[in-house]
Formats: sequence, structure tokens, C-alpha cells
Amino acid sequence: MAIYELLNLGFQFLDSFAFIVLATAGLAIIFGMMGIINLAHGEFILVGAYATTLSFHAGLPLPLAMVAGVVATTIFGIVLERTIIHRLYGRLLDSMVVTFGISLVVIQLTRIVFGNSLEQIGTPFGGISYGPYSYSTYRSVVLATCAIATLVGLYVLFTRTDFGVRARATIQDEETARSMGVDTDRMYLSTFAIGSALAGLTGALYAPTITMSPELGTGFLVEAFVAVVVGGPSVILGTPLAGGLLGLVDAVFTNLGGQFIGTVFLLLTAIVAIRVLPDGITGLLEDLREKWRRAE
Amino acid sequence: MSEKPSLEARLRGPFEGPNTIGNSRRFWLSFVLGTALLAVYPVLFGAYAAESTSVYLVYGLLGVSLAFIWGFCGILSFGQVAFFGVAGYAFGIVSINLASYTGATLGVLTGVAVATLLAALLGYFMFYGGVRDVYVTIITLVVALVLHTFMGQTAGSQWAIGEAALGGFNGMVGVPDLAIGFGTAGLEFAGAMHYYVTLLVLVATVLGLRALVNSQFGYAMVATREDEARTEMFGYNTTFIKFATFTIGGALAGLSGVLFVTWGNYIDPSEFAITAAAMPVIWASIGGRESFVGTIAAAVVIQRIQIGLTGEWALVVVGSLLVIVILAMPDGIAPRVGDAVDYLRNRGGGEPAEPPTATEEVSD
Repeated sequence: MAIYELLNLGFQFLDSFAFIVLATAGLAIIFGMMGIINLAHGEFILVGAYATTLSFHAGLPLPLAMVAGVVATTIFGIVLERTIIHRLYGRLLDSMVVTFGISLVVIQLTRIVFGNSLEQIGTPFGGISYGPYSYSTYRSVVLATCAIATLVGLYVLFTRTDFGVRARATIQDEETARSMGVDTDRMYLSTFAIGSALAGLTGALYAPTITMSPELGTGFLVEAFVAVVVGGPSVILGTPLAGGLLGLVDAVFTNLGGQFIGTVFLLLTAIVAIRVLPDGITGLLEDLREKWRRAE
Repeated sequence: MSEKPSLEARLRGPFEGPNTIGNSRRFWLSFVLGTALLAVYPVLFGAYAAESTSVYLVYGLLGVSLAFIWGFCGILSFGQVAFFGVAGYAFGIVSINLASYTGATLGVLTGVAVATLLAALLGYFMFYGGVRDVYVTIITLVVALVLHTFMGQTAGSQWAIGEAALGGFNGMVGVPDLAIGFGTAGLEFAGAMHYYVTLLVLVATVLGLRALVNSQFGYAMVATREDEARTEMFGYNTTFIKFATFTIGGALAGLSGVLFVTWGNYIDPSEFAITAAAMPVIWASIGGRESFVGTIAAAVVIQRIQIGLTGEWALVVVGSLLVIVILAMPDGIAPRVGDAVDYLRNRGGGEPAEPPTATEEVSD
């Protein structure tokens, strides 16, 4: 019996980990790299999910429909960046208020155009059965694999490529980067586009598992913001670490007491983490590294 | 013997200073006129109109609670609705269980106390934990969203506290009217009376906060907003200043929550939802977060537009308005109104220029 319980916990963990990482990635990139708090993050996910679902109903096979979802969200992000967001760099609190306004408009327009729900795509791949339990293959194995692939992809992109170096240089010191010949304006645009694409990917991947309603983005917000806070300033490392910690907490307590108890403990963990580590997990790592360096 | 200040100067004195917008005689005349108009409104349009307008004033008070902490101390909280809602529920629980004047009175006290405690607790964790400005915003938002989830799942009969059922997404119904008294002796404030109580609370709050932000403490608040590190260097305990400001803001939001629940005799979890959580931020942004009167005006007008447009396009209009106002006027409308008045007067010429308005000093 115990082995089944343990398996159940394992699948639950994969599910929570994938959800937290995917919900957070786009938000974390845009916040960590650009200093824009995107309160419309949920609505970027909404655009991805709706574009995927609509393309699927229009006859595209699911993987292609997902690609369409990502592309649609990226275009959506680029248009917003060029028209509105680029005026808000360096204005952190204003960026929150404006993106919230955008979020209101997108939710309501979605409701006006598509009504209160869309027909949902069925979850593919069925389930894995073990003993008296079964767990959705898609939600645990497939999504966790996608989450890890996304993290690895981001890591490579931002640390191993020329683009990544330029992007990070822009973030660290815009003026110097510009004097070294980096087109910083384009770097901001590309980073925002990547963040949007990630949110679109999350929407596309979760489209077959959640109810298609104009408010679906709100369901991702709590986890995403908690993970950003717990992860701390270094987003590429912070996201998987926060995802791992919070995913474990969520899995254990969801297993014990249901979905709601899981969320409560998620929040409690976040509060304790903030009280103990105001700069998040990566802030702690940075401190430790400093100490070691000094000890040597 | 030295000359005594005029009665007007003595009346105005405590409520104005460099930290508030609107210190001219013109402002005070409009303030008194506006209050007087609001006071005769029920006489002109009847008790029903007053009753339905009361809620806009309640929202005004909620907006003021945010303008106070955001505009003057730089703390942007998306969680004012958390204190608002918690106080509403607390009033409901107490007053339903003790159905008497004592119950309602205790309900008011409990509601405000619970909201204040929650704000103090949250503020302690955040400010003494060294949480930085934008994370404060995120945390307060998350608290509101979690309360939304929590109250939404309280549908079953196990979620009743005494007689008061929390009711999940259907909300808590049958909350008594606002009343003050003991046992069977007391005053009940329903209909037009609720309107007057709310108006009184609102005017008193605005005057009280104007006095506070122009006091020693207010200077410290504004200094913390402008440059926290420097203020700390001067020996001010900025952590405590932020903590105290946030707690006062929570108490005021709680008071507005009590007024809200006694207005509709009803409260549900949608008060904690993200759309509700953002409304105070919208009012303060559009009205001008450094102006209490501006925020109140924005709250009244925007809520009125939302109801007037009946549904579909209301949120689209409000959302677009928000984006446009922040991009065009980052400080909101109220400071611009002050500028416009000055501009018109100077163009008219003739009169010698009045002392510089607060706007110029604050925007420095």
C-alpha cells in the first residue's frame, strides 16, 4: 500500500512542479529581466489557451494548435510592448497599474467575443494506473517534461548564446551596453516577446486540462506570484528552485487535505520564506557564495 | 499685542500644509460647498436616492484608505479589499449571532479590530521582514486572492459560525443594519441615515488624514516615500512608519467594509477577487493618489459609470481609462486640476499671485 501512496505523491509532485514552473516562467523573465510586473500575465496565458483551443476546433492537430497558441501570444506581446509597455520601463508601480488595466480589457473583450466558455479539448494520453489509483499522464509526466525542457532552454538561451549575453548586459547596465553597440531597445522587445511566448506556451499546454473561461488566467496568478517572490532576483535559477520547494509543499498537503489545504500551505510557506529570506532563495545562495569566497 | 490669526486661518490651519494638495481658500470653499451639496442631496432627491448613493461614498472611503498609504508613504497595496472584506464578514458574524443593538455595536468594533489586526500582522511580517516595495504589492494581492479562494469554499453547513453561515460563493445574507446602542436601546442607521453616517465618517476621515499627513508623522511618511535610506539615516524608524501607516490604512479599509456590509446587508467572496482588489488602485491612480478628494471623486464616478454602463462594456472602458490616464498623467487627475485652476487665474491676471500651491512643492 505504502508504495502506491508514495507513487501518488510523486505524480502529484510532478503535477504541482510543472504547474508552478510553467505558470511562473513568463512572469519571472519579464519581471526579473525588465522590471515590469505584468499583472496581465494571466491574460497572456488566456490568449495562448484560447488560440490553441480555437485552432484545434478549426481542424489543426493538437501540437500544431499549440504552436499557433504560442505564436498568437508572442504577437500579442510584441504589439503590447510597442504600443504601451515600452513607455513603462523604470516605472515599476505604474507598470502594475497599467498591465492591470490591460488585463481587465482583455478578460472583458474575451467574454464579449467568445461568451463565458469554449468547448474544451480532451486531455490526451489517458492515465497511468497503479493499484487503486490512477493519475493523468499528461498532467504529470508530459507537463513536467515540458517544464524541465523550458528551464533548460532558458538556461542555455540566457547563459550560452550571444543573445543571452546581450540581454543580460542590457539588464545590468543599459547605458554601457548601448555604448558597446547593443541595440537595447530591441533587447527589451525580444525579452518581452520571450516572456509572452512562455506565457503562451503555458496557455497552450494547459488548454486541454482546464475549463476555457475568460477568467482562466486568474487561476495561475497566485502560484506565479508566490514563486516569483520565493525565487528571488535571479529568475533563471530561482524559478526551478521555487518550483521544486513549493511543488513539494503543494503536493504533500494537497495529498493530505485536498486542493485548498495545499494552497493554504503554499501561502504559509511563502510567508515564512519571505520573513526568513527577504531576497528569496537565490538571495540566500548569493549570500552563501559571498561567504565562501571570503572564507577562501 | 500680537495679532490674532483670523477664525478662518485657525479653522484651516491644522488641515493643510505642504503635503496635501489644495490649501487655497478656493479649495476650502469648494470642499465646504461639496460637503453641503452631499448633505442636502437626500432632501432634494429623496431617501431612496440617498440609500443607493451611500455605497459610492463607502467606496470613496476604501479609496481613501489606499490613497493614504500609497500616495503619502509609497506603499502600493492591492490588499485593501482583504481588510474591507474581512471586516464585513466579521461584522456579519457578530451581529447575526447577537441580534440586538449590542450585537451591531460589537460588530462594528470587531470588524474594525479584525481588519486592523490582520493589517498589523501582515505589515509586521512584511516590513519587519525587510520585504521591498514591489513585493509588498504582490503579497497583498496574493492575500486577497487566497481569501477569495478560501471564502469561496465555505459553502457547507460546517462553515457556519453560530447562526451565521459563511455561504461560499453565495455569500453571507441577512446581515443586520448598522446600529449603535446597548441591549434594546439604541439608534439604527438604515436608508438615508446610513448615507449620513457614511458621509460623516468620510468627511471626518479626510480631515483627520489631512491633519495627520501634515503632522510630524506625515513629514516622516512623505520622507520615507521619497527616499527611505536617507530618512533612516536621519534617525527615523522607517520600518515602524511603514508598519503604522499600513495598519491605519487597514483599519480604515475595515471601517469601509463594515459600512459596505451594513449597506447591502450582504457580502460575498467576489469582494476579494482580483477585479475588486484592483478597484481602489484604479480610483487612486485616476483621481490622484496624493489627493483624498480626487480619489473619492474618482471612486464615485467610476463606480457610477460601471453601474450605468450595465455590464458588458463597463470593464473595457474602465480598463482603457486606467491605461490612458497612467500614460498621460502619471499622478492622476487631481494635481492637474490644481494646475489648470492656477493657469486660468494667472491668465486672467489682475489679482496678485497667491502663495505657491502645494502641488508645486510636492512634485519637487
